[in-house]
Amino acid sequence: MTEPRRTPLYDLHVELGGKMVDFAGWEMPVQYPLGIMGEHNQCREKAAIFDVSHMAQVELHGEGAAEKLEALCPQAFTTLKPGKCRYGFFTNETGGIMDDLIVSNAGDFIYLVVNASMRDQDIPHMRANLEGIEVREITDRALIAVQGPKAEAVVAAHCPEAAELTFMATTVADIDGVSCRISRLGYTGEDGYEISIPEGDAVRLTRLFLENDDCDVSGLGARDSLRLESGLCLYGNDINGETSPVEGNLTWAMQKRRKEEGGFPGADRIQRELAEGPAKLLVGIKPEGRAPARAGVEVQCVEGNTIGAITSGSFGPTVGGPVAMGYVSKGHGEAGEKVNLVIRGKTQPAEIVKLPFVQQNYKR
Amino acid sequence: MSTYYSEDHEWIAVEGDIATIGITAHAAEQLGEVVFVEQKDADDEFEKGDEIGVIESVKAASEIYAPVDGTIVEANEMLEGNPAALNESPEGDAWIYKVKMSDLSQVDDLMSEADYKSFIG
Repeated sequence: MTEPRRTPLYDLHVELGGKMVDFAGWEMPVQYPLGIMGEHNQCREKAAIFDVSHMAQVELHGEGAAEKLEALCPQAFTTLKPGKCRYGFFTNETGGIMDDLIVSNAGDFIYLVVNASMRDQDIPHMRANLEGIEVREITDRALIAVQGPKAEAVVAAHCPEAAELTFMATTVADIDGVSCRISRLGYTGEDGYEISIPEGDAVRLTRLFLENDDCDVSGLGARDSLRLESGLCLYGNDINGETSPVEGNLTWAMQKRRKEEGGFPGADRIQRELAEGPAKLLVGIKPEGRAPARAGVEVQCVEGNTIGAITSGSFGPTVGGPVAMGYVSKGHGEAGEKVNLVIRGKTQPAEIVKLPFVQQNYKR
Repeated sequence: MSTYYSEDHEWIAVEGDIATIGITAHAAEQLGEVVFVEQKDADDEFEKGDEIGVIESVKAASEIYAPVDGTIVEANEMLEGNPAALNESPEGDAWIYKVKMSDLSQVDDLMSEADYKSFIG
C-alpha cells in the first residue's frame, strides 16, 4: 500500500476539524464538526466549499484534439464552443462506461476533469489513443467546488466575471490577483462553480471565500448525499465498466450526431440498446419506510421476483427520508411502479420515482 | 445498579437480572447522525454476539451485537420516531433495549467504566 496522497488543502481540512479518511488513495475530509446533515443543508441553503483536488485535471494540446477525443467518447466535442463544458464518458469495447468526466473547450486546448479513482486508468488511456495529442496532467493546481444558492455571491465578490457565466460555461479570470479557471458547474444539483487554483494560492483563496458568513466547508459525506438526491451517478457505484450509458439512463448525455454515426468504443451495443431498449435501467427508488436501502439491496417486483439491485442509497437530508438509485430489468422502471426492497432479510415497500429527488437549481 | 461496557461500544446497566443496553457516547460520536434504528421485538431471545439490531446513520449501517445472553423485555419505542436521540443522549433517554439476562456471570467478561475509557483511548 502506498501512503494516501494529500491535496494542497490538507492542512486547512485538519485545522477546520475535518475527519480525514482514505478515499481513492487520497486523504480527504468525509465531514467536519458540523456533520453530514448540516453540511448538506449548508449547500442546499447557502454555500459550501468542497475540496475536489483529488480529481485529475488534464489538458489536451494539439491539432484536432476534440475530434480525436470523440473516438473515445459518445459525445460531440467538435461542436463544443469555446468557453463551454460538457458531461461525457469514456466507453470500452463492450459498451460499458470506463469513467465519466467533464470536458471543456478552453479555446486553445481541451481541459477535462476525471474521477480520482480512475485517473490512473484514464490518463494512460488517453495517451495511448489520442495520437499526436499531448496529454498534460495538471498536478500543481487545486480544484475546489463552491456550491449552493449563495455560491455566486461568494465567488463574484472576488471575481465579477463569475456572475456572467451560465451553467456549463468556463473562463479564466483573476481571483484576488491569482489567475484561476472558473467553471459554472458541480455535482450537487445546486448552482455553483469549480475553480482550479494554483496550489500555492489554494488555501488563501479558500479562506477568502470562507470569510463570507454564508459560506462553510463540506466534506465527501455531504457531497454523496447531495449528488444522490440530485439523481447524479457515482462512478463505481451506479455506473461501471459493465453498465452501458443507455442502461445508466445517460442517453441524454449522448448527442444526436454521435448516437447516429457511432465511431466510439462499444458503439454497436450502445446503438442496439438505443433502438431496442436496454436489458436494465437505472431508476430512482424511494423506500416508503424509514430504513435506508444501501448499495447491494435486492429489488423485487410486487410478485416477489428479483428484478434488480440498489446501487446507491442513503438518507436524503433535504428529502427527509431514505432515497436510492438502482437497476431494474426490462419491463420495469415506470415512475409510480411499486417494488419491494429486501433489507436485512425483510421486505420493505418502495416506489420507482422520477429523478432527481430534489429539483436541480442550475443557472441556465 | 452497576454499569458495564462492551468492546462493541455498548453500555449495560444491570439491576437484578434486568439489563438496560445502549450505545456509548463514543460510539454515537463515531456513527454520526443517526437516521434509523431497527430493533427486535419483546420476547425475542438471543445469545451473546448475536446481531440484535441495526443503527443507520447518514454514513452507514452498523449492527448492534448482544453483549450478553437474554430475552428482550422492551425495545425503546422512542427511537422509532426520534432516532436522532441516539446522538443527543446515548447514555440516557436513548437506551435501546431492556433485557432479561439468562446468565448473570457474563458481566464478568465486560469492562468497567475506567477500563472502557482506557479501551477507547
